[in-house]
Amino acid sequence: MQAKKRYLILVSAGACLVLLLFLGGLPVPASRRSQVQRDGHRPGPRWPRFLEHLQPFVPWDQTESEGYIAHMSARQKRDASSGLNQGRRCRMDSCFDFSLCAKNGFKVYVYPQQKGDKISESYQSILASIEGSRFYTSDPGQACLFVLSLDTLDRDQLSPQYVHNLKAKVQSLSLWNGGRNHLIFNLYSGTWPDYTEDLGFDIGQAMLAKASISMENFRPNFDVSIPLFSKDHPRTGGERGFLKYNSIPPFRKYMLVFKGKRYLTGIGSDTRNALYHVHNSEDVVLLTTCKHGKDWQKHKDARCDTDNAEYDKYEYKEMLHNSTFCLVPRGRRLGSFRFLEALQAACIPVMLSNGWELPFSEVIDWNTAAVIGDERLLLQIPSTTRSIHQDKILSLRQQTQFLWEAYFSSVEKIVLTTLEIIHDRVLQHMGRSSLMWNNHPGGLFTLPQYSSYLGHFPFFYAPLGEWPTHSKFTAVIHAVSPLVSQSQPILKLLVAVAKSPYCAQIIVLWNCDKPLPAKHRWPATSQPIIVIEGESKVMSSRFVPYSSILTDAVLSLDEDTVLSTTEVDFAFTVWQSFPERIVGYPARSHFWDANKERWGYTSKWTNDYSMVLTGAAFYHRYYNYLYTNYLPASLKSMVDQLSNCEDILMNFLVSAVTKMPPIKVTQKKQYKETMMGQTTRASRWADPDHFAQRQTCMNKFASWFGTMPLVHSQMRLDPILFKDQVSILRKKYRDIERL
Amino acid sequence: VGFGLIMCASVKYSSRGPALIPRMKTKHRIYYITLFSVVLLGLIATGMFQFWPHSIESSPEWTLDRRSVHDAPLVKLPVSSPIPERGDLSCRMHTCFDVYRCGYNPKNRIKVYIYPLQRFVDEVGVPISSTGLSREYNDLLSAISDSDFYTDDVTRACLFVPSIDVLNQNSLRIRETAQALAMLPRWDKGMNHLLFNMLPGGPPDYNTALDVPRDRALLAGGGFSTWTYRQGYDVSIPVYSPLSAEVDLPEKQPGPRRYFILSSQTAIHREYRTELERLKEENGEALLLLDKCSNLSQGMASARKRCYKGQVYDYPQILQESSFCVVLRGARLGQATLSDVLQAGCVPVIMADSYILPFSEVLDWKRASVVIPEEKLPEMYTILKSIPHRQVEEMQRQARWFWEAYFRSMKAIGLTTLQIINDRIYPYAARTYEEWNNPPVVKWSSVSNPLFLPLIPPRSPGFTAVVLTYDRVESLFRVITEISKVPSLAKLLVVWNNQNKSPPEESLWPKIAVPLRVVRTKENKLSNRFFPFDEIETEAVLAIDDDIIMLTSDELQFGYEVWREFPDRLVGYPGRLHLWDHEMGKWKYESEWTNEVSMVLTGAAFYHKYFNYLYTYKMPGDIKNWVDAHMNCEDIAMNFLVANITGKAPIKVTPRKKFKCPECTAIDGLSLDQTHMVERSECINKFASVFGTMPLKVVEHRADPVLYKDDFPEKLKSFPNIGSL
Repeated sequence: MQAKKRYLILVSAGACLVLLLFLGGLPVPASRRSQVQRDGHRPGPRWPRFLEHLQPFVPWDQTESEGYIAHMSARQKRDASSGLNQGRRCRMDSCFDFSLCAKNGFKVYVYPQQKGDKISESYQSILASIEGSRFYTSDPGQACLFVLSLDTLDRDQLSPQYVHNLKAKVQSLSLWNGGRNHLIFNLYSGTWPDYTEDLGFDIGQAMLAKASISMENFRPNFDVSIPLFSKDHPRTGGERGFLKYNSIPPFRKYMLVFKGKRYLTGIGSDTRNALYHVHNSEDVVLLTTCKHGKDWQKHKDARCDTDNAEYDKYEYKEMLHNSTFCLVPRGRRLGSFRFLEALQAACIPVMLSNGWELPFSEVIDWNTAAVIGDERLLLQIPSTTRSIHQDKILSLRQQTQFLWEAYFSSVEKIVLTTLEIIHDRVLQHMGRSSLMWNNHPGGLFTLPQYSSYLGHFPFFYAPLGEWPTHSKFTAVIHAVSPLVSQSQPILKLLVAVAKSPYCAQIIVLWNCDKPLPAKHRWPATSQPIIVIEGESKVMSSRFVPYSSILTDAVLSLDEDTVLSTTEVDFAFTVWQSFPERIVGYPARSHFWDANKERWGYTSKWTNDYSMVLTGAAFYHRYYNYLYTNYLPASLKSMVDQLSNCEDILMNFLVSAVTKMPPIKVTQKKQYKETMMGQTTRASRWADPDHFAQRQTCMNKFASWFGTMPLVHSQMRLDPILFKDQVSILRKKYRDIERL
Repeated sequence: VGFGLIMCASVKYSSRGPALIPRMKTKHRIYYITLFSVVLLGLIATGMFQFWPHSIESSPEWTLDRRSVHDAPLVKLPVSSPIPERGDLSCRMHTCFDVYRCGYNPKNRIKVYIYPLQRFVDEVGVPISSTGLSREYNDLLSAISDSDFYTDDVTRACLFVPSIDVLNQNSLRIRETAQALAMLPRWDKGMNHLLFNMLPGGPPDYNTALDVPRDRALLAGGGFSTWTYRQGYDVSIPVYSPLSAEVDLPEKQPGPRRYFILSSQTAIHREYRTELERLKEENGEALLLLDKCSNLSQGMASARKRCYKGQVYDYPQILQESSFCVVLRGARLGQATLSDVLQAGCVPVIMADSYILPFSEVLDWKRASVVIPEEKLPEMYTILKSIPHRQVEEMQRQARWFWEAYFRSMKAIGLTTLQIINDRIYPYAARTYEEWNNPPVVKWSSVSNPLFLPLIPPRSPGFTAVVLTYDRVESLFRVITEISKVPSLAKLLVVWNNQNKSPPEESLWPKIAVPLRVVRTKENKLSNRFFPFDEIETEAVLAIDDDIIMLTSDELQFGYEVWREFPDRLVGYPGRLHLWDHEMGKWKYESEWTNEVSMVLTGAAFYHKYFNYLYTYKMPGDIKNWVDAHMNCEDIAMNFLVANITGKAPIKVTPRKKFKCPECTAIDGLSLDQTHMVERSECINKFASVFGTMPLKVVEHRADPVLYKDDFPEKLKSFPNIGSL
């Protein structure tokens, strides 16, 4: 019996083993099957492989014969199609006259304001931004684009801002021309209950720059979708984004928040009414209130009281600053103020607004800064946001800040972005690529006419993976006094600079009233000296992007600058590491003068600086182009009239682009004194008015930029072995230390 | 699943069986054993039943299903069969597409179903299409069915692809094709159906979208104009060129080519040909204007030849001889020539007003082509001449890449289309601009700095000092006392790396003004110093060894100030250099006092906490293990990591060259120093091979306070106490 049982046990154990082997021996199909079931992807019948030789989809002779069937001229055909495609089918090809832009470039005309027309503050800002831009022209004959002085921003009939009789007023404009080449700005259209996107007058062939525009009504590459902004939105400058540092891990207290009105019924109410399903009052906090309008009590539903109570428990600002994602659901209209608020607060917007053509969608890749949700999939939103990897969050968050500061922080930026988008269409193949729009410093600072090659700009080396060896520089010397003696500083400077192995050419900009000296009076140098006679002999001409400058690096010099070859060499190697900044020697600083409530300028020796003088500085030649073509005539003429402040303006410009301070490198002592205004000759630095002028300049520039772009730095770059005790023979830049 | 659970339980039970049984009573024993055997037998039987049929069912996957087109079932269309509506121009994804079918999906991938092949005929038996299933459409469907998108389960599908071939409208009977579409079992007004069409319209007016009525179906079309293209709904696809498969054109290096502009199309309208000829007269040799050969016998061969004044050229090979190639509209906007031109790495000059370029939703054509309005054809030469050479080379490379990735086969075209639709449904998981547009060589060499926003963080949060220590308590306490004097210190974190010994009692630690935390590690690893501890709440981290007492408070505070200006870099004190040893043919570590640096030591260095996270979780290859095994080179690894991801050099601050006093180094002894150096050279070579490149950047500058060594009262300087070595 015992033996029998043992046998039985053995058998059963053996059977178990067999079963195990059986299971273990078939792991492939077994695991495949379970995996397949999870995905719902069963390896079922695939598309069969056919035995016969199939026909090609296009017979070889088809295309050849077709060209000749087209009996209609291609041109006639185009003309016919543009006749058909009007109104809602308008495109640049059919509704825009490119020939108006051919002669004078992209110029924008603003109709003069008529007495008695009331214009809202926001529209005043828009018009002022256009008038202050470099595109503005007061001559309609030169214009390529026309902007009305009739306020079209608010086309909600129930609104107090609504302008009546717009139809008649528009039709009576002499330059209207059926709306051709006109641009109409609009923030609100339609009214309760259906909120149509109709403006209440015939816009003809005009383009729309409209907020809350739907994909159905948006005419691609013709209209421009703009963000909804409040009447308090600053006209210029604007606040910076709220992101001050990139904390790791990037999660904030809340995952997803929203606080806003709930409409209960009617258009756009569904999504907000359903938000409570997702709300968990822990990390997903979605609050709505029914309290709005006079008679909300009449419409209130069963949830209103609990919702309202929860709503009052949280503060909006606190939530905005402490959440990783911010929900941006549609309101009555598609766009809402929440969008720009979230963007500025570095709270990644989660869009829930089906059919909204996102702001500047023609150029901005919103997937890099926002999560585009679908109202129909509201319940999936929490799991979607949770599935986003923290590296992605870090990058989305930084991109919100870049986009906010580049295109949205002021009315001026919104308007200029709109104009630049249209400008790009006019430029056609010369327009900006998507890479220029979506990378720092953004489309407004990247002028495509400068070059279509991205590597010619100082900003795109990293995304392109190109690391150009800027092996040489061009020195541009600004000469204002006649050449009388052979011991003049300019000649010493020429020789010193030419000795640098990195020097490719030297350009002398002759801004002196005396005629050009004879060729033989210039010293013999190994590098070519090119003398350019300034036409207008004004200060700004030193920053003109002369076509004879062949290198990316420009060394800008005053004629009385004293500089040794070593100093030049070292500064140039530093510039190679920071090609987007100005690298110079003597530095200056700015400060806020609280008593006088204005910016102050100082040339005292301080522990920090925010400018370097361009009397001796390296910078990328693109900044010459930007100085000449980006800055308004008013600032440049101020510089020319004063013959002063050109360096301050250049520093403002470069810091506005880079958001970074310039770089100061070490220098010999003697040079410092020269630049401190202690030269023997009566240079402009000795003039007592000089200093006061520079103070005035600073405040004028800051007001044009709308903000103070300068940034302080506390460091100076020195050679590695500077003032080191090692033998001087081991030092590469030993002359810098010698007095 | 239930089956699996029982099985596991029983296996567990049986393995314990023999041990339990002797302790049981005999009566029970028999009972249990019998019961157990029955269950076991049952299980085996069920197992056989479950597994056997499945392995038979899955066999089609392994053996290809070969059959004839004529095996496909014949379907007769009644005359009265319904015709779909023409297609709604206002359709968008949120109105005409049922997103619920795609559902939430952890892989963020849509599922695509292909209808089985059927042969549709009208009532009298005439087929709806003159070609039936074309070679190209068959290739396209095979590619989809072999891809991850495919499902054969119609109930799980998000997108449906009919097997009715509508690539070329010329071969279709419009009305009957529409009826056939409406007959599809899941048609449902065309919801979530995708049609592929490359040659839309027909004579005389050549519509720019397929004329077959198709309700709400999505159209992947090859010749959309801005008026027929529903942005964000339809997909613009290329017209496939059969030459792609026939002719192998090896990739050619970008650069200037023999001809500046080439026109190779044969079906160019008379007006445009006249204008091209005028351009040719003005610019001579730079322009090559080809037409079809009149003297050659007609046939397939003539498609591969082009002529100019009796001279015969091979097509498409001749395209490789030109920098720019003209792609003019013909009767249709989409031209197969575009594909040939891209294949040849020739920059297309596209003149087709209102044409929606292929895959324009994701591809940046400004970087690969020149689009000129037809009206400006006479100015073409001047326009192209104004483009910088570098840009032309860039566009040549880009053009070839577009062909390789998105044009070269029906498979590429089909899967790209599906990927675009996939990106719309899961936008938060969409492929990026860089992934779509950068050729592999750029993807490899480009740098995308994770801390790309130009930002100087405020001073106030301060930094967290992380001190790695083993058991040098005395020295550790001195370091803590010294660091605590730095104004911007926010917190001190001691990483206690000794598992055999507990850290000293709390009362023994120095009393400092900021919080001090001690974390104990599980293993004595060098990598622990770079772990992203939750205790680090600031973004700035100061890594410091437990024996570094030389650094003054001014030096440390200044280091922090410099880090604020460069938050994406390593900011350290003594610098080191890597050099190429020409004799040995490998990298060498250099600690001599040179004029250059490419690394800073992390014995005391400021950096962003993000790099801790990268070091711990994203360090490539086995570098982390190598460092822990050799107890060396963790600083070199960190320098490699940061330089590789940011493309930037570290910043050396202050003149300091050593952490210890000059006399102290002698203690280590020269020989020890030598092996140490050899090992560090090895590290550089090892890391460079793991990274596949040498990411370190060499610079010749260091950062000092603005007034360093200036003739200026010391007491007015912010950081006077700097300068010793």
